[in-house]
Amino acid sequence: MLYEALSPRENVDFAARLYGVRDARARVEDSLRRMSMLERADAPVRSLSRGMQQRVSIARAMVHGPQLVLADEPYSGLDDSGARALTALLAELRSTGTAIIVVTHNLAEGLSLATHAAVMQRGKFIRYDAAERIDAGSYATTYREALAGG
Amino acid sequence: MADILNAAWLIARKDLTIEFRTRSAFFSAVIFALLGLVIFYFAWDPTAVAVTDLAPGVLWVIFTFSGLLGLHRSFGVESEDHAIDGLLASPISREAIFIGKALANLIFVAAVQLIAIPALMLFYNLPLGDVAAPLIAIAVLAAIGLVAVGTLFSAMAVNTRLAELLLPMLSLPFFVPIVIGASQSTAKLLSGRPVAEAEAWIKLLIAFDIIFVTACTLAYPFTVDD
Repeated sequence: MLYEALSPRENVDFAARLYGVRDARARVEDSLRRMSMLERADAPVRSLSRGMQQRVSIARAMVHGPQLVLADEPYSGLDDSGARALTALLAELRSTGTAIIVVTHNLAEGLSLATHAAVMQRGKFIRYDAAERIDAGSYATTYREALAGG
Repeated sequence: MADILNAAWLIARKDLTIEFRTRSAFFSAVIFALLGLVIFYFAWDPTAVAVTDLAPGVLWVIFTFSGLLGLHRSFGVESEDHAIDGLLASPISREAIFIGKALANLIFVAAVQLIAIPALMLFYNLPLGDVAAPLIAIAVLAAIGLVAVGTLFSAMAVNTRLAELLLPMLSLPFFVPIVIGASQSTAKLLSGRPVAEAEAWIKLLIAFDIIFVTACTLAYPFTVDD
């Protein structure tokens, strides 16, 4: 949902003002800083790599402090540092009471965040557990079996 | 109302910034307008048709078609990366989106007119001085009507495979009353008649502006809701 001719700062600022965010300028800078995008904040989005565009998209989506976040494959295109920054951001949002639903193939990052986790196959949950009952090894096995089963 | 206008200005400013950076539609529209003037000029036989009869038609044909270039781009930028979904999911009203888009288009068309009108006067050796103020008023009134209709149909056509073809096909029939009113009132002014003689056509323009702006603003939400 980014405008390629605008810079990351302009894209995030536009979203902040659409949502009527107070003190928009500071919130924009904060969102970009969290996603480690301040250094490239004024470059046109079209000149950024896929991973950087994904970071800007996340900064844009989070700038207004949403109460519910639906993230479909948010780790795709992100390198390790981008993935860590996203996990930290989602963890912080979760601690403030934001409800977050993440759909991901990145089990390690997904499980590190989850209060509840599920494996879905052909539109149905084949496994669903609360965080305290999650065993990463067993989840990985279920996930691989689900993938193999199509 | 202030919220709607603030949101509309935010969208208009964003669209104008994108156009200023890329300048793709603006240059296309200006070049089209200037080429149209040149072609009509060389096809014109001054001994058969008086310049005051020809110039109004040339002016409004050029505006209509060069404006379409900008109108097509209006919602085209929103289809990149599904940006329109971000706008529709935000808490601003659908009407604010339409007004913002129309406002950006109006400034775009006005900028093209700012170049094309003096060029027309220069090519056809028409005196701009006396008629400048009423001609600008007619240009603005006509642009409002054209932009209101064009913005609505741009929103409808953008997600179709034949958007470039569909936009003029849908828009042009609705442009007719605006173009008739604009060209008739321009003809009166250019032939040296008093502004009062063009008053009926100017009133027609105002009436169609009110109808089109109201109807298109109210209709826009239905073009984007599933």
